[in-house]
Amino acid sequence: MSSELIVFLVLAAVSVLSGILMITRANPVQSALFLILNFIALAGIYLTLHAQFVAVIQVLVYAGAIMVLVLFVIMLLNLQDEDPLREQFRKKHYASLLVALLALVLIVQSIAWMGGDTLAGMTAQSPLALANGTVERIGDVLFTSYVFPFLLTSILLLAAMLGAVVLAKKRFP
Amino acid sequence: MIPVHYYLILSAVMFITGVVGVLTRRNAIIIFMSIELMLNSVNLTFVAFSSYLGNEAGQMFVFFVMAVAAAEAAVGLAIVIAIFRNTQTININQVNILKW
Repeated sequence: MSSELIVFLVLAAVSVLSGILMITRANPVQSALFLILNFIALAGIYLTLHAQFVAVIQVLVYAGAIMVLVLFVIMLLNLQDEDPLREQFRKKHYASLLVALLALVLIVQSIAWMGGDTLAGMTAQSPLALANGTVERIGDVLFTSYVFPFLLTSILLLAAMLGAVVLAKKRFP
Repeated sequence: MIPVHYYLILSAVMFITGVVGVLTRRNAIIIFMSIELMLNSVNLTFVAFSSYLGNEAGQMFVFFVMAVAAAEAAVGLAIVIAIFRNTQTININQVNILKW
């Protein structure tokens, strides 16, 4: 086993386990902390894919900004722990798990079918991957080919900011 | 070298974890975090294909998905606060005023 594969498997195990722990904790703060662990492991996986810019943005924006906002709201609302999941487990949850399992089988099966022809050649990363993930290359592409979506993003963020302020305001004038 | 399948399977498992969270949990904030988990698993697929095909378009998509996720976080949490202010709960079984 190459060292690359070992690093990938460790990070993948951490991200899957922290994801499962995230949806099974009764305390929302613990859930949020496990989600942060998941995001950091995912940033490591991005580094194995030579996507440095995306890895840094993952830690800054997701693990930093978005999760701080979520933790802030959890603590602002001062929620009590829910009942343990084992007690609130009902029959309809078996249906949910069955649906999720079927969806997993569907996705894995479609990957396996596609693997026959399309994915079979993709056993190694492209030699271009190392240059494509740098801030220089991303910035170059972002401000030339993708400049219009980039400008639209600023309008989206402005609209979201105004919407958040209006929704969270105490009463409408 | 790691075949691209490994990344796709990991992404599928993480996505299904998020689906199970949305389907089984009743706390609005945890459902919201499960949606973030699903967004991230799709981002992983984008970055994996970007790296294996040598095309930077996938990483641009991830950039825009993150911008949309940030907007979604702001608006979603504002809605959670507005719901909590009106009903004193964020258990979605008790927030059923629009239920038919």
